[in-house]
Amino acid sequence: MINIKVNGTSHQLDVEGDTPLLWVLREEIGLTGTKFGCGIAACGACTVHVNGAAMRSCSVPIGSVEGAEIITIEGLSPDSQHAVQQAWLTEQVPQCGYCQSGQIMATAAYLKINPNPTDADIDANLTNICRCGTYERLRRAVHRAAALMRA
Amino acid sequence: MTDTTFTRLSRRHFITTALTAAGGFALGIGIGGPAEAASLSARPWGEEGKRYPGEVNAWVVIEPDDTVIIRYGRAEMGQGSFTALPQILAEELECDWALVKPEYASANRNLKENKVYGSLSTGGSRAVRETGDMVQQAGASARERLIAAAAKRWGVPASECAAAMSKVTHKPTGRTFRFGELAVEAAAIKLDKEPPLKKPDQYKFIGRRLARLDVPLKINGAAKYGIDLDVPDMVRAAIIKCPVFGGTVKSVDEGAIASRRGVLRVVKLNNAVAVVADRYFRAQAALNALPIEWEVGAAGTTDSAQFRKAYLDALDQKGAVARHDGDVDAAMPTAAKVIEATYDVPIIAHAPMEPLNAVAHVQADRVDVWVGTQNADLALTFAAQASGVRPENVYIHNTFSGGGFGRRLGPDEVAQAVAISKAVGKPVKLIWTREEELRQGRYRTQAAIRFKAGFAADGTPIALDMRNAAGSSNPANVKDGLDPQTMQGLINTAYKLPNYRIVSVLKNTHVPLGPWRAPGHSQNVFFMESFIDEMAHAAGKDPVALRRELLAHRPDFQQVIDLLVEKGDWGKPMPRGKGRGVAVHESYDSIVGMIAEVAVTNGEVKVERVVIACDCGVVVNPRGVENQLEGGMIYGLSAALFGEITVKNGRVEQGNFDTYPVVRYKDAPKTEVYISPTPGKRWGGIGEPGATMIQPAVTNAIFAATGKRLRSLPIRGQNLSGAA
Repeated sequence: MINIKVNGTSHQLDVEGDTPLLWVLREEIGLTGTKFGCGIAACGACTVHVNGAAMRSCSVPIGSVEGAEIITIEGLSPDSQHAVQQAWLTEQVPQCGYCQSGQIMATAAYLKINPNPTDADIDANLTNICRCGTYERLRRAVHRAAALMRA
Repeated sequence: MTDTTFTRLSRRHFITTALTAAGGFALGIGIGGPAEAASLSARPWGEEGKRYPGEVNAWVVIEPDDTVIIRYGRAEMGQGSFTALPQILAEELECDWALVKPEYASANRNLKENKVYGSLSTGGSRAVRETGDMVQQAGASARERLIAAAAKRWGVPASECAAAMSKVTHKPTGRTFRFGELAVEAAAIKLDKEPPLKKPDQYKFIGRRLARLDVPLKINGAAKYGIDLDVPDMVRAAIIKCPVFGGTVKSVDEGAIASRRGVLRVVKLNNAVAVVADRYFRAQAALNALPIEWEVGAAGTTDSAQFRKAYLDALDQKGAVARHDGDVDAAMPTAAKVIEATYDVPIIAHAPMEPLNAVAHVQADRVDVWVGTQNADLALTFAAQASGVRPENVYIHNTFSGGGFGRRLGPDEVAQAVAISKAVGKPVKLIWTREEELRQGRYRTQAAIRFKAGFAADGTPIALDMRNAAGSSNPANVKDGLDPQTMQGLINTAYKLPNYRIVSVLKNTHVPLGPWRAPGHSQNVFFMESFIDEMAHAAGKDPVALRRELLAHRPDFQQVIDLLVEKGDWGKPMPRGKGRGVAVHESYDSIVGMIAEVAVTNGEVKVERVVIACDCGVVVNPRGVENQLEGGMIYGLSAALFGEITVKNGRVEQGNFDTYPVVRYKDAPKTEVYISPTPGKRWGGIGEPGATMIQPAVTNAIFAATGKRLRSLPIRGQNLSGAA
């Protein structure tokens, strides 16, 4: 049995220890907001917070996060009011939207480390892929979210 | 930016003023809560077979509480037309946007009712371009019937009544009925003739910067994509198809995984093997451990070097004349100067963020499929064929899809999921890995072209001769040795030369081909707009000036170029190692121009800024136009910088984003979009044009920065060091 806490709720899981956290979230716990994009931690669509840090859950074996506190996109805020979500809404970032859970989670974690990033900081530290090419709006939304969080 | 008319706004709408990308002020609405704007369900497929008494026509249902269900007859893969088409319909219906709830049109009903929704296929930038008129008429027709129903109740002429904000008012007395009170009667009314549509200068809702309806569902994980669907008693499957296209399954050692936890079945298809388990992660892990032998045939010895040579060699083979204006053979010898160049591009994959997947449930007399597809009509056909169930009993529940770009037009995953469900007798969710997605694509064709241009002594181009080699993605389209799709962008160029010829050689290999965002245009605009640049330099002309000269007969193009040149700082000096490149093109009834600014440092290319100008005719929603041009540009930029699928021993070598890189933040330029529509009624498509121009704009900018002309893509891996 593996114990984790997801969005504040404790789960006891009977799964193989090498099962990726992503698939535990999606198939054992039923939280499908976290997406599968590549399976090798290259795209970031599966980004969640593990003990507050952004991690690409497709490449995190569940056995390595025993006892961890995990936050997914569903748990970021009960009503989409997190500053990053509000910035995404105002800037109308998503197109297909499939990468955006991961983008939002990566941004929320990064802005805690760097509350006032430059464009160069963003380019160097936010590496999630968006195939719809929303980067122009993403960049604006990151700055807007940073301003909201500083306010 | 030309923003649009903004004459009336519901008091219930929340008005915001926002600084746009272009630096101008624009008004926006609907960013408030769900009470302020129309809303979309996270599961936006309709209830199959449900007949509403208030269905005024196939596109419009009005419920007793005034809720307006608007059917959406295309796919939503990120392009935003789940908002744009209802916006068009609402313009004519005169309903309150806050009451609108769009849902997918039913593919099953489309089949049974003789294409009542037209084509559900979402390619060719057609959603607004081709469905726009249909939904506009449907909205107008529904409005007139609601008015007629009210007039009948009051016993007054319909001409004394008007509709607005989901109410019909009798103008002389001020009496009103809500749409919800009239819908059932309206549904029974037959009009003598369909009402005329508003003229573009009468639009008050089309043209607004509305918030997209799907965005609130896409910032909290709520939106359901095919991969997210669960149905009762469902099992999960992982699949691998023979990595050599056209190959088949020779043998499978099922015993090797029989004892693994959760594994239920190995399903052998003719050309693929699937493992079915209680969980996807168990199915995939077992498949990874399953020994499979393939029958690959002669294709198993092919590679990309052979293909490239074959396409270049094909330029010397006999082809079919696709277009011939004037007499190239007579004109070319009279030229004072002649230049030639050969270009080529490799195959590339689509790589949508969401790997292909489908949930299928095959029963004896019914099939249900939940899938994010670009082509629900074809998904239905595939599901019927794979199951043997009559098409009339197949239901496609279209979900949101995580990108499409052409890959979801050929629903291979639907046929597989249906076959697996039939084999196991349960609902099955099939998920492809990223590797499967990149290795089992329907790729953009490899292509090559040879140009020859002749100039008069004063530098005026007098002849352009082209021989093109490309593969057909659909042999059914081939007629007289030509596939119109492979010629897109060449055969219908806006440039006017007195002598102009295209000879096409069709060449296919065992690699499956399909439409890739702006098919044909995608490679041909790179070719043409690069060579036009070469022609300008050969003639000693400015690249913009030559384009203007060849487009002298097109004032609409000149207007886009005016805007582009002004906003894109064309002609202004740039520091050493930097350059600007331009490209303009008309496709899908839209004229788009781009100027790219690049910096080349130690052989590394950085695209720093892209300015886009566009005339797409009627702007339904400026935000949508900007989104699609920005996103299309980035999609094309990935192809230009990195896009290359290589084949070795008949199989694709790349498997994931580590070996098939795409644009990330660090590669994404600052982008500005300017819209300058010409007056009149024209729904220009906007989903695809952005993906084409960026490729030559960047390589032309590299030429401006370094003097190095790139005649192949991708840019990555080409030697630019020392050139600057």
